[in-house]
Amino acid sequence: MKPRICIIDYGMGNTQSVGNAIQYLGVDYLISSRKEDILTSTALILPGVGAFAAAMDNLHRLELVDLLTDVVVGRGKPFLGICLGMQLLAKDSVELGLHSGLGWIEGHVIAFEPSHEVRIPHVGWNNCHIRKQEPLFRNLAEDAHFYFDHSFHLSCPHELVSATFDYGGHFVASVQKDNIFATQFHPEKSQRHGLRLLRNFLNFAASAPANTERENEPC
Amino acid sequence: MLKTRIVGVLIIKNGIVVQSLQFNRYLPVGRVAIAVEYLNRWGIDDIVLLDMDATPQGRSPNFEKIREYSRFCQVPLTVGGGVRSVKDMENLLHAGADRIALNASAIANPQLISEGARLFGKQCMVISIDVRRKTDGNYEVFSHSGTRPTGQSPEILARQLENLGAGEILLTSIDNDGMKQGFDLELVSRVAEAVDIPLVACGGAGHPGHLLEVCKLGVSGVAAGNFYHYTEHSVIVAKSYLHAAGINVRLDSFVTYDDCHFDSDGRVARISDETLEKLRFKAVPEEVI
Repeated sequence: MKPRICIIDYGMGNTQSVGNAIQYLGVDYLISSRKEDILTSTALILPGVGAFAAAMDNLHRLELVDLLTDVVVGRGKPFLGICLGMQLLAKDSVELGLHSGLGWIEGHVIAFEPSHEVRIPHVGWNNCHIRKQEPLFRNLAEDAHFYFDHSFHLSCPHELVSATFDYGGHFVASVQKDNIFATQFHPEKSQRHGLRLLRNFLNFAASAPANTERENEPC
Repeated sequence: MLKTRIVGVLIIKNGIVVQSLQFNRYLPVGRVAIAVEYLNRWGIDDIVLLDMDATPQGRSPNFEKIREYSRFCQVPLTVGGGVRSVKDMENLLHAGADRIALNASAIANPQLISEGARLFGKQCMVISIDVRRKTDGNYEVFSHSGTRPTGQSPEILARQLENLGAGEILLTSIDNDGMKQGFDLELVSRVAEAVDIPLVACGGAGHPGHLLEVCKLGVSGVAAGNFYHYTEHSVIVAKSYLHAAGINVRLDSFVTYDDCHFDSDGRVARISDETLEKLRFKAVPEEVI
């Protein structure tokens, strides 16, 4: 099966930037929110430049919440959430009031503590401390740098965290759970390192059980 | 820790990148897509595209062009010029922008910032402020490419914009723009103290030492336009210079920044014939990802 990536179009998110990076890696992509595209693609990417509440509203309005949960959590389709796309996986967020998220992972999105040491939002290139090299951070240095751009961060159980970053404290840079991957940073905007990470995700997707016609084990 | 960003600003007029001198003279530089691709290859940390024509012509950004420009951009792309509604912002994000820059529209209609922040998050909202020094030594913010005085002081305006939901300030000194004499350090430190959001300073870089001076003021990034167009190996030299001075900058994985020596103009000093002779036989293959 020829790999094809569906970048989920939910009215927000830098969809074209993600598309450009996937195209650079020589893989087909489409930007869509249609059910058949989501069902037939080899992997899903949920990009994110947006506010949490508006994003969840859009996902509900486009009837994507149940569909995505079924396809990703139920059937094990490889999934990569980027930035807000990672935060949406949490149970809830406090961005502009308390809102509930997709709830695929045990976690909460909270604000950075105001401090005089660091400027908020956290914008720019920062080093990660990689805890789980496989499969997402293969061929990447343990302190590889990526581009971050966010005002809120995810707090989740230790065992899900695959990398952290340091910004006046240690925070979650990426999480993974079975077929679900998510990064707080923007791999599509992190040059070489980001492209390697996306390549690792695409490789994972190509060999994932859901794409080799086998029924995935229940999580 | 977070690295100081080296930001490239591309001013677009009549569809091409121009060199701007104090916002009143413009000299042609070249095609936008090429400039974006080259800055990206040289290891810039962030690119800001500002379309100078959109607001005066009363039109929205040219989304198709942005799509074309962003194609080979693997670093964050901030796009500004002519953004008048949240629909414009959404279209820009779908065309390849990662962040939105507002200037005239933010000053005329501050609600646009709050509305943008509500939908796209404050980290997406970059507000560009252009400032002139007045004869009494104080500063005043100008809009519409530096043609309209607003009567506002940059520190107060920046703080107001922060409260409305701005996620970053791009601060440009009109007087220093294109003059290559260094940044307006007093202006930068005033605004840096006034706000808690990231601040990027722009206007006046002519020597890597100018970037270093402004890095020491606690800014999140230093921006330049002309400096990168007209200096050899500009981005690499700038980063190498800052790295040698102890500033935490992002070092690309395949450039050697350590062995640079500089002459008094901040240019890379000539390497000895002996070293060059050895280098001739060193192949550096480009990584295939």
